[in-house]
Formats: sequence, C-alpha cells, structure tokens
Amino acid sequence: MDAILLQILNGLDKGGAYALIALGLTIIFGTLGVVNFAHGALFMLGAFCAVAVKAVLNIQMVTIDPTKTTPWGAPMEIRQPYVEVWFGDFGTTLLDFSVPVSILLAIPIMLIIGITMERGLIRYFYKRPHAEQILVTFGLAIVLQEIVKSYFGANPIPQPAPDVANGMIDFGILVGFGAGNVVYPAWRFIYFLFSTAVIAAVFAFLQFTTFGMVVRAGMADRETVGLLGIDIDRRFTIVFGMAAVVAGLAGTMYTPILSPDYHMGMDFLVLSFVVVVVGGMGSLGGAVAAGFLLGILQSFASMNEVKAILPGIDQIIIYLIAVVVLLVRPRGLMGRKGVMEH
Amino acid sequence: MSEFKITRRGLLQSTAAAGAVLAAPTIFSSKAFAAGYLNEPKGKTVTFGFNVPQTGAYADEGADELRAYQLAVEHINGEGDGGMLNTFSSKALKGNGVNGKKVVYVTGDTQTKSDAARASAKRMIEKDGAIMITGGSSSGVAIAVQGLCQDAGVIFMAGLTHSNDTTGKDKRANGFRHFFNTEMTGAALAPVLKKNFGSDRVAYHLTADYTWGWSQEGSIKKYTEELGWKTAAAVRTPLGAGDFSQYITPVLNSGADVLVLNHYGRDMVNSLTQAVQFGLRDKQVNGKDFAIVVPLYSRLMAQGAGENVKGIFGSTNWHWSLQDEGSQAFVKSFGKKYGFPPSQAAHTTYCQAILYADACQRAGTFRPSGVGKALEGFKFDGLGNGPTEYRAEDHQCFKDVLVVKGKENPTSKFDVLEVVEVTPRAQVEYPASLLGGELGPYNDGK
Repeated sequence: MDAILLQILNGLDKGGAYALIALGLTIIFGTLGVVNFAHGALFMLGAFCAVAVKAVLNIQMVTIDPTKTTPWGAPMEIRQPYVEVWFGDFGTTLLDFSVPVSILLAIPIMLIIGITMERGLIRYFYKRPHAEQILVTFGLAIVLQEIVKSYFGANPIPQPAPDVANGMIDFGILVGFGAGNVVYPAWRFIYFLFSTAVIAAVFAFLQFTTFGMVVRAGMADRETVGLLGIDIDRRFTIVFGMAAVVAGLAGTMYTPILSPDYHMGMDFLVLSFVVVVVGGMGSLGGAVAAGFLLGILQSFASMNEVKAILPGIDQIIIYLIAVVVLLVRPRGLMGRKGVMEH
Repeated sequence: MSEFKITRRGLLQSTAAAGAVLAAPTIFSSKAFAAGYLNEPKGKTVTFGFNVPQTGAYADEGADELRAYQLAVEHINGEGDGGMLNTFSSKALKGNGVNGKKVVYVTGDTQTKSDAARASAKRMIEKDGAIMITGGSSSGVAIAVQGLCQDAGVIFMAGLTHSNDTTGKDKRANGFRHFFNTEMTGAALAPVLKKNFGSDRVAYHLTADYTWGWSQEGSIKKYTEELGWKTAAAVRTPLGAGDFSQYITPVLNSGADVLVLNHYGRDMVNSLTQAVQFGLRDKQVNGKDFAIVVPLYSRLMAQGAGENVKGIFGSTNWHWSLQDEGSQAFVKSFGKKYGFPPSQAAHTTYCQAILYADACQRAGTFRPSGVGKALEGFKFDGLGNGPTEYRAEDHQCFKDVLVVKGKENPTSKFDVLEVVEVTPRAQVEYPASLLGGELGPYNDGK
C-alpha cells in the first residue's frame, strides 16, 4: 500500500508538469487554432530562466592567488559571489533561493518571448494547414534549443532546491502508515502544489475576469466577437504570452527535479501532446485531468510488480492509453464536439 | 570448313588483347587505378575522420573529444608544445606529420545515434577520403561505426565506448579500443566496494536499456555477487527517461541497501540527482548506511550532478589529477589551449589519434592491415595510464584502471572526483575468449 501511495505521489508531480505544459498547448490551440510544437522549447526556456538567474546571482569576484598556479600553468583564481561579498548572509540566502526567486524573472521574460513569437512568426501561419504549423514551430524549437546550447553547453546544469525544501516529507505519519514508511521529497510535493496553484490561477483568470470572458467567447466564436468591435487578435496575442508563461513557470520550478539541459523540452513535448489528445483538443479541463491521470498511470506502470506481468509496459502505457481513448472516444475524454473532427 | 591455326604471333596478340579486355573494368575504375587500398593518400596530406556527437545527449563530451583531436593533429604535425608526444615511449613520430604527410581532418556529427553516426562516417570515407575514422560516445554508436569501417576497409579507433561487446562479441579486425570496458570496471570496483561496504549487501540495479547498460549491469552483478552481495532487482530504464522517480521509489522499500546506477551522461546526472533527492544517500537499511554506486564516471557528468556525487564510488579510464608525466603533459597542453582540464573522453580520443599515427609511421604505410599489425600486441607507456598493451587477440588496450569517488571538498568546479585506487592491470585482465566474438580478417578496402 505504501508503494502505491508513493507512486501516486510520483504521478502527481510528474502529472503537474504534464498538465501545465498541456494546459498552455490547449490554450494556444483553443484560441488560435495553432499546433505549437515549440511549446516544449518554452518549457525549456523557463528552466533556463532559473539557470540565468542563478548565473547572475553567482557572478563572482575574482582575485588571484600569486602563490598558486593551475596544473596548466595559469594563475590560480579565488572566486566569491558578489552577492555574498556585498550582502553577507542575505546574499547566501538569495543564492540558495535562486529557483523560487527566478519566477520573478521568468514571468516577464516568458511573456515577452510568447508575444514576440506570436507576433513575429505564429500569426503568419494561422490560416495555414496544421502540417505547416507543426513544421515551422518544430523548426523554431530546434533554433531555440541550439541557441541555448551555444550559450549554456549541452551538459545538464544542476539547480538545487533551497536547503529548507531539500528534505523529505513523512506522509506515513499523516496517513497512518507509521513513521518513515512513506517519505517523499519536499520539493516534489511543493511542485505539485505549485502546479495546482498555477492551474487554478489560469482557470480563475479565464472564468472570472472580463478579459477571460472575452477570450472564452473568442474561443467559441472568434468572428462574432470581432464583429462586436473587440480587438480579439490583441487579446489572443496576450493569451499566447500567458501560455508561454505557464510553460515557462512549469520549467522554472521543475529545475531541482530535472537538471536543465537544452534538450529537456523535447522530452516533454511529445508526452504533452498525447496528454492534450487524451484530454480532448481544446479542452482546458481535459488537459489538466489527462495530465495528472497519465502521470499517475505512468508511475504505476513502472512498478516492478506490474512490469513482471507486462514487461515494457512503462514505456508504452501513455501511448496505449491514447490509442484506447481515441478508439472509444475519438474527441478525447473532455473534448468538444467538432474540434479536429473534420 | 575453315582451318584453325595457332601461330606464336597470334597467340601473343590474343593474350595481350584478352588481358586488356579483362583488366579494363578495373583499370578505369578510380579506386583500383589510384591505390592498392581504400583512400590511399597520394598528395602531401592524409585525412583523419573525427566522428563525434556534436548534438544530442553527449554533445559536451563530443566537444571535448573534438578539442582533443585538434590538439593531437597539432602535435602530430609538429605544432604546439607536443603534449604527450614528449612522454610517449614510442619515438616514431617526429613532429612532421605521418609518413611524410601532414595530417588534415574532417568532422562528422554522430548525434549519439547509430544511423546518423554511420551516415557521417560513410560520408567521410567516401566523399572526404578519410583513411581512418575515430570518435563517438556511446557503445551503440561505436559498434555500428566499427562494423561500417570493417566493411568499407578503413581503421576505426573507438572513442568513448565502455560496453564489453565493442571488443567482445562485436569485435572486428579493423577496430581498436583504448578505453576500458565494463569487465575491467567490475574487476576494479568490486574490491573497493567490499572494503568500504562489506560483503553482505543487497544491490538494486537501474540500467540503461541498451548494449552498454546490459554489459555494465552484467559485469557489476558478476563481480559483486562473487563478493557475496545479493541482487534484489535489476530494472531496465528507457534511455533519456528524464524523471527517474517512478524507478527510484520501488528501491525505497525493496530491502536493498545499495543502488547501482548503470546510467551514463544525462541519464546518470538525472538518476543520481533524483536518488539523492529521495534521501537514498542518507538512508539506513538493514542496519547499514545506504550506498549509491555509479560504476562509470566522467568528470563532465560529475560536474552536471553537482554536490550529489559527493562520496559516491565509480571507475574512470583517466583523470586529470593523475601525477604521472604523460598526464601532466596532456593537462598542461590542453589546459593552456582551452583554459580547463581535459575529460577522460578527451584523453582517450587524443591517445587514439596519436596511437594510430604512430602505428602508421612504424608500419610505413596507411594500409589497414599494415597499421593493424603494428598496433597488435603493441606495448607502450607515457600516455597517462602507465604501461599499456593493445592485446592482439581482441584489440583491447590493457592498463591500470582508476577507481574514483565524488570529492567531499572540491577546490574548483573541475575538481569533483578523487582517485582512491589505481587498480593494477593484472587485476583487471581477462582471457580474450571470455567475451566471445571473432576479429576476422583485415579489410584493406580495395
């Protein structure tokens, strides 16, 4: 039972990432009708916002130790971050909290990237076939990847969680399994709570604000909203930026779980598309529900007991579910009628 | 009815004509006309083909390999400070190229994919006239390219490939490996594990699901079970899984007290980081401190895993902190040119380029069979791993193996591993027949 609970917890944090990326994808598809294969790259760019913040905070004062040299004969350098030199303990704490602090940078940066992307490229492909949209956005993803690689290298760059969140949470005590039986990394649980909060904020924004109401109306009938004198294009551009922010935040906060590297977006992209298809193209609720559902199922499929009966099931479970859902319910679990059905 | 008469002049004319007709198809084909073997260099230069991952999961290692190759070419051509040519026991190379020809090179991107690696190697052989292919990261790539080079008829000097199969069941006459293998890792690592963790342990393996992972898992299981360790489970994980949490959580309550991560590159960085996150390094099981083992380390990977490598044992082919004359010369040369120390991938590829050039010089030819014979059984020193031999039976280099540990108090971002044991060659050597396979004949690619 404790093993099952652990896999559920695993599924929740992984599902959180899937859901956030899929939510952004669905928002873009639902508003603009664009299949954005660069969405994984936005997740990766979010993660590199954390890397950039850490790098900036970690800019170091270099002094030369004249008594020592490197093995290749260069003078030995002694380095200390300026924030520590200037702010002492506060500087050390700031460095320690670089991942949560980087959210502050990730929001405006991702918003600008999203809006630039939409205005600079995506809008020219609104009326083009999905195949062309996929090609151009996939190409863009590769360009973004290569830019990141040229600046940061190909090796993963570790981004530890703050010390205070580096420990374990003992769920065994909370659920009556006894101390120490179900312990789970605190940051992963924080990530789950974070993803839930972001999802709730996006839903609240779309549900309870005038802007959101117009966007939802535009998703249902773009032309009519436009005829009412509303600049729906401008709103949709902002929505694209929002989707980029959601993907970016998913990446920023995921860095202590998965050390960022330039290729990480591609790993999530395909899975997230499967999540969107299973949830139902254009369905925000479907994307979130399918994200968590597939995250949990993937975790269960990786249990040794399951793999003993069905070897290799962990590697195909998500695609298997997608096939079953599409056979039984082609529009996905919560998909709207008519979307991608013609 | 006509009479058929044979005259001496007629016989000579007929024979000459028949000879010309028979020879024509080959006389006019460029290769046969040009050379007795494939891509025989005719001008003032000879072309080496450097086939490394420039994109994909091992791109950082590939970049370091390429730096090392460029340095090797400089040294072979007599530029720079000469690096390990100054300490190499063979003095055949004089710093004026190879066999009187300057070395030039072409590069390819393996993408860490077998098909892409074969395509770029093929291009370098057919279009660029490369006389030798070297490089690669990942055993899958190395085995694929080695097979291609054998079929084409050029020498393959393997780069970073650790699977037994490269010089075991998939060995080829035209292929040579300087890097060590999982059999040697197992033999070197097991005694250190026993010394530090005892002989009553239960291990849980997480294994990358391809040739190298299987080879590594097999070797570590074999040697640790000989110590008395038990194996709780050996679970295969997909390459590039990213998040390994669903594979790590079953370890928590499995009864295992050792986790062996048969992962490399990005997978190792992620699986180790996540294993530490799940508290495995600080856990107690069966009354013992839980241990994590990473059998194959590289400095680049250790940097990627950051503080998580502290205190974790593994093995490596070479490390820049070695104090022998050859290693110091290489670190100095590489560090001066690039500003940081070389990785083990850089070291092994530099050695491969130097060893190939030296063999050509000693053989006085670039013909694969001639070069191969010069490498077979070749004993040398001064390239950083102590006395080394290219075993004739399987083309595997035998030398001391390093056991390393993640450093507790690193002094710089490069100083992440410390050498805890230099396992002598005699302890890691095994009979050539152990890993199966047949070298077969050399192919000169006529």
